[in-house]
Amino acid sequence: MRDVAIIDYGVGNLLSVERAFEHCGANAVISSDPDYIRKASHVVLPGVGAIANAMASLSKDGLDQVVKEVAASGTPLLGICLGMQILLDESDEFGVTRTLGLIPGRVVPVPNVSPDGAAVKIPNIGWYGLRMGEADVPWTGTLLEGIEPGEAVYFVHSFMASTADHRHHLADCLYGGNSVTAVVMRDNVVGCQFHPEKSGDVGLRILRGFLGR
Amino acid sequence: MRNIRLIARLDVKGPNLIKGVHLEGLRVIGSPTEHAQRYYQQGADELIYMDCVASLYGRNNLHDIVEQAARDVFIPLTVGGGIRSVDDANRLLRCGADKVAVNTAAVSNPQLITEIARCFGSQCMVLSVEAKQLGPGHWEAYTDNGREKTGIDVVDWVKRGVALGAGEILLTSVDRDGTRRGFDIDLIEAVTSVVSVPVIASGGMGKPADAVAAVQSGGADAIAMADILHYQRASVADVREATQDAGIDVRQFDHA
Repeated sequence: MRDVAIIDYGVGNLLSVERAFEHCGANAVISSDPDYIRKASHVVLPGVGAIANAMASLSKDGLDQVVKEVAASGTPLLGICLGMQILLDESDEFGVTRTLGLIPGRVVPVPNVSPDGAAVKIPNIGWYGLRMGEADVPWTGTLLEGIEPGEAVYFVHSFMASTADHRHHLADCLYGGNSVTAVVMRDNVVGCQFHPEKSGDVGLRILRGFLGR
Repeated sequence: MRNIRLIARLDVKGPNLIKGVHLEGLRVIGSPTEHAQRYYQQGADELIYMDCVASLYGRNNLHDIVEQAARDVFIPLTVGGGIRSVDDANRLLRCGADKVAVNTAAVSNPQLITEIARCFGSQCMVLSVEAKQLGPGHWEAYTDNGREKTGIDVVDWVKRGVALGAGEILLTSVDRDGTRRGFDIDLIEAVTSVVSVPVIASGGMGKPADAVAAVQSGGADAIAMADILHYQRASVADVREATQDAGIDVRQFDHA
């Protein structure tokens, strides 16, 4: 049995994350207890809303340090949406916010202009097909193993990750003609910009991939 | 450029899925949970739940229904009806909703739009607008599920709503709702041309081709379907195929 700790540090729809993991056969618990989180076999950092607020809530109870410990211990760690953005060094959303620095890079706005100069709607809300990242890092052995390029997942966001090292850029999608980062990964730390728990069957397969099936 | 979303809209009264005409004369369709599961299996991109009598009674009764859906429906859920405060919104998010749709309380207290956007992000704050045409190029916003006039011009209101923090517009034509006469394309165009956020067209879909017109002529970013799905005049797959055939980008979904 996989024991998944879903870190609770404030508001948002955590129930759907919990239900999706349970659907995948895991024992998922929403928790803000550092000891429980440290002992889990898999840890999930969810998140919605503004990054500065999220970082403040996470730091208030020292959970930022717990997440860093989990990452250093080798436990599989999955950031979802804003929880993925928090894994990087810094975010440009409403001024600069320092984040966890587990994957080198920064969080930047989704481009609001297409390469041919047309306006692109922000936030990006919708289903987009996954593509291989810039460095063509294979998906075998990652949470995307078994996912075919083109299979669609659900995005809702205005900012996205820009990794310093292309090898940490596992997948993207095309929105408004621009590459939008979908999955970042460095060793045991992985993040999805999209919501796997809201991406139907494809999303559930990605969560099973994270659990190691 | 962008993928258009195909959304099943579930209007709920008490424990029942219902459907009206012009948001009135509500008829019972069946179980919202069974229909939600069916539309999820058919490949709906999202679900919208609307508590039709919530504003009348001052509260949203969808918590149990949403919580039930969150068990086995793994697509985004938007929930509206009777949301009056940040706490009301948070309670629905805690039950498995991803976004809240606010109409009546946003009209009486526009600051609520900003408060919800600030707490949960603007992507979570859907401004629900019920529009009735007054004359060519003019629509008035209604509240309380199409029952109450506001005297507010729809185009002015959506611009203000987005400036206050709404991340999406659910635009319902009261004139077309339940009529199967097709979407009010002029209304959709009037709104999509003045806001930068996604607009969901709702009200009047009679056949899959109506969705094509809403996107290609109106500029809609998403299509809300109710009557057409509930009475099984078309499935989500039929609409996906019709939009794809017309050259519209939609989610790739393998209809097994």
